[in-house]
Amino acid sequence: MAYPANYRYTKEHEWISLDGKIGTIGITDYAQNSLGDIVYVDVPKVGDSVTANNSFGSVESVKAVSDLFSPVSGTVSAVNEELKTSPDKINEAPHETWIIKVELADTADFEKLLDAAAYEKFVSEETGA
Amino acid sequence: MRYLPKSPAEREQMLKAIGAQAIDDLFAIIPAEYRLTRDLDVPRQQGESEIVSYFKAAGQKNATDYASFLGAGCYRHYRPVVIDSLVQRGEFLTSYTPYQAEITQGTLQAIFEFQTMIAELTGMDVANASMYDGSTGAAEAMLMAMRVTGRQKAVVASTVHPEYREVLATYLRYRDLPTAEIGYVADTGRVDLEALAAAVTEETAAVLVQSPNFFGVIEDIPAIAEIAHKKGALLIVSIAEAISLGIVRPPVEADIVSMEAQSFGVALSYGGPFCGVIAAKEQYLRQMPGRLAGQTVDGDGNRGFVLTLSTREQHIRREKATSNICTNQALVALMATIFLTVYGKEGVRELAEHNLAKAAYTAKALSAQPGAKLLFKDSPRFHEFVLQTQEPAEQWTQRLLDEKIVGGLGLGRWYPELKNATLWCATEVIARETIDHAAKVLAAAPVEA
Amino acid sequence: MAATVEQIERKTLGKVRPHQTQNEGLVFEKSAAGKRGYKLPPLDVPEVDAKAALGPAYRVEKAGLPELSEIEIIRHFTRLSTWNYAIDLGMYPLGSCTMKYNPRVNEYVARIEGLADAHPYRPESLAQGVLEVIDLLQRCLIEITGMDTITLQPAAGAHGEFTGILLVRAWHESRGNARRKIIIPDSAHGTNPATAAICGYQVENLKSNAQGGIDLEALERQVDEDTAALMLTNPSTLGVFENEIHKIADILHAKGALLYMDGANMNALVGKVRPGDFGVDVMHLNLHKTFSTPHGGGGPGSGPVACKKFLEPFLPTPVLVKKDGELHWEYNRPQTVGRVRAFYGNTGMFIRALAYILANGPDGLRQTTEDAVLNANYIRKNLEDLYELPYKTPSMHEVVFSDKRQAAKGVKTGDIAKRLIDYGFHPYTVSFPLIVHGALMIEPTESESLEELDLFIEAMRSIAKEVEESPDLVKSAPHSTRVSRLDEVQAARKPVLRWRHENK
Repeated sequence: MAYPANYRYTKEHEWISLDGKIGTIGITDYAQNSLGDIVYVDVPKVGDSVTANNSFGSVESVKAVSDLFSPVSGTVSAVNEELKTSPDKINEAPHETWIIKVELADTADFEKLLDAAAYEKFVSEETGA
Repeated sequence: MRYLPKSPAEREQMLKAIGAQAIDDLFAIIPAEYRLTRDLDVPRQQGESEIVSYFKAAGQKNATDYASFLGAGCYRHYRPVVIDSLVQRGEFLTSYTPYQAEITQGTLQAIFEFQTMIAELTGMDVANASMYDGSTGAAEAMLMAMRVTGRQKAVVASTVHPEYREVLATYLRYRDLPTAEIGYVADTGRVDLEALAAAVTEETAAVLVQSPNFFGVIEDIPAIAEIAHKKGALLIVSIAEAISLGIVRPPVEADIVSMEAQSFGVALSYGGPFCGVIAAKEQYLRQMPGRLAGQTVDGDGNRGFVLTLSTREQHIRREKATSNICTNQALVALMATIFLTVYGKEGVRELAEHNLAKAAYTAKALSAQPGAKLLFKDSPRFHEFVLQTQEPAEQWTQRLLDEKIVGGLGLGRWYPELKNATLWCATEVIARETIDHAAKVLAAAPVEA
Repeated sequence: MAATVEQIERKTLGKVRPHQTQNEGLVFEKSAAGKRGYKLPPLDVPEVDAKAALGPAYRVEKAGLPELSEIEIIRHFTRLSTWNYAIDLGMYPLGSCTMKYNPRVNEYVARIEGLADAHPYRPESLAQGVLEVIDLLQRCLIEITGMDTITLQPAAGAHGEFTGILLVRAWHESRGNARRKIIIPDSAHGTNPATAAICGYQVENLKSNAQGGIDLEALERQVDEDTAALMLTNPSTLGVFENEIHKIADILHAKGALLYMDGANMNALVGKVRPGDFGVDVMHLNLHKTFSTPHGGGGPGSGPVACKKFLEPFLPTPVLVKKDGELHWEYNRPQTVGRVRAFYGNTGMFIRALAYILANGPDGLRQTTEDAVLNANYIRKNLEDLYELPYKTPSMHEVVFSDKRQAAKGVKTGDIAKRLIDYGFHPYTVSFPLIVHGALMIEPTESESLEELDLFIEAMRSIAKEVEESPDLVKSAPHSTRVSRLDEVQAARKPVLRWRHENK
């Protein structure tokens, strides 16, 4: 699956897209693939603050839990309610299924992240492929 | 050794196959200085008949022919014979935790039935597969409430079983979590609602009460719930006598119910193994400790059951788990499931009615004796009551013992203000003659202590 | 055609033939109003008007429990039981779980009158029999572990860990500083870090060395004045004895830290070596592993904690003491960590464990350990050419392989485990310890005859061959069970945790 060029990525396998000050965050195809069928997503509440590189929630498969790390610092402006009942959306369309939206404290955070090419390279190194 | 299925020749043959000269070659990695070179100092190997004789003698030394009015968190009820004949089937008895669902459907379906029965009885949405017992269950329920609310303070009624409160203190002590204890109203034996309202704050994670409480008195759950919920705290109701749910309104206003299911067909066994269980509102499911069995389908669409939501548990989430519990009380939960199937919808009600009647008769008979007074007389009770006497409990307890009756439990060790008070329990197994006999012994008490 | 595939598969099974089981609904689905499984004797005291007596506390609607006759109850649970695998049916080689024979005399003596019906609050003068049983078991376990004192109160292994770490914490506190962290090897059971966390400690991971054991240099670097204890499983979860155990203890003690031993694997040590002799300060035992009390489908267990003398003041109350020839519970112990459970522990399990010790005696206990180790090594020897052995260190009572060779064919440890079911065995422990990728953790225990071991080896060898020739057969196993692989994803996504009456 292609990694969208307008997104930025973390080494913990989150993606983020930016629209004005609002960042939209999800997990990458690589992440959903290594987790397997996602059964539950634990997310913060709207209004909670998140900090770059810190955990803001978790995704669970049947036999594993994986922390979600925020790519940026800011305030949660929306959470994807649909994931409560349909966490499988992440497996189906990881790059279209967002988890939270964050109002960035500093949009410069965005540009510090990996771009698609760099992330793809990172993933291929990690898998040894 | 009769449990070891090998001949000396087979052992030799296996050693040879491995390429070892002697068995101690396989222990060579253990530094010689630590290896035990003598026999363990334990009793010699015994024949089965000797083992049976030893334990029979121990049982007899316990004096078996005494009638008993003891309750206090451990209740004597009749255990239908089918319970032991079913749980001793090797397929239940000698099976492990049902992680391999395809070959443990029996255990899994039984757990699912247990969870359903507990939810039905308690009025909660979901119940887990069991906890160690009522005391640790109550402590775990409090930790669960702290995770749910993100708050750190506990409020506990002093009418919760004293040993449950001690266990809770142990679980909380090393987290530096403050616990407020709320007393009871002297006339009613119920939680002091005014004091409770004053103690519950926006920092309170949960209020823990027991109903029927340690004095056998049924608490005003709706009123307590209102006080807790007003401040955003959860209400945990601990139930030590599960049979009470046959006739006592379930604590539907509670957020979490922690129950001891020993009364459902589990032997007293000097205090264990028993069967704790936590039930809760569905929204708190993710913070529940312990195992859960869930329904699903196999590849062909057949109904089947699996352990589910395991990401809460220690074998996956390790230090972030909801609890460190692993082994639970599965076989004891199976006893409870069978018990509840035997008695069923009507039987649990009828059984509860018998308990209620026996206790009412006993309370009346004993409190009618000179110098005796029934405490908390006007409060609703199930099958326990507190008797206050002029004479110190030890004196007439001894007179009862001389008549082969174990009387009520002295409360002074936990409640200094209840010095000459004893806690009595009368279940369906106590015969009227025994009650009358106990009343007669009490009647012989000197009126002035 | 599916049927043909099934026939072929079934032909390959040496030990078993397809087992006929009967369908059985949920107990609620079999219920019908008016059926009875009980009869109470007539009430010999006046009835009570419950509604009037209880007022608003009266339960109006009866609980939705089933209504069945006795024969239906017997059939229901008997049918369910036939869907379980059990030690009584065959080898149950779950690593770390010690699924040994559960002697029937244990069940018999635990139900003896006077023991099974003893109320925990009966006067001590009327409880001397059960107290003597507890006392003798305590003395036996102290001797077996080489420790100085013990509490039987904890209800299971993890509860024992909790108690043991509280003792550690209380001891440190009595010296002015509880310390902050507990070091735990990456090969440890999940209960260890979970326990440390609920006792208020930070968990620090210790990476295993190339042999799968404790890396002494790394340990020396990690242990400092803030370390409360190391939680060590010995033999480790790889079934390997830490042969530098005394150095581990020395490193900890030099910094004032304690050595906690998880006794899950005591079945490799009883009668051969004692933790108290090799530097352990505090440990728990699992009576439901080493001492043959039944697992019962997940419990009950019992997790006694044995420790050295200096930790005795902190033991949970009450403590059993002997005064003037009589046994008593002592409550007044100012430095205690407090109670960890109501009453005194899972007494029914104490009785069973003591019966096991008596049946064995010193010679039987030692022979048991030797046979357990012999069996594991025999399996290792007979499978190491087909399954990858990630650590070549000598095995004690269990052996850990990896699925490396089979994974190359797309078959994982979980698949091999499921295929073992078709051969009439319970699977080994899958994917644990975590330091072995794709682990197969096999613990035969002493209870297996040479014949059963050979059948197991034959099954494992046959599966290895199947992986080469028809991997899909293994990947879709089991083929002989009542239900095939269950959809765990659906179970977790849309949890159905109870039956509801509206479903009937």
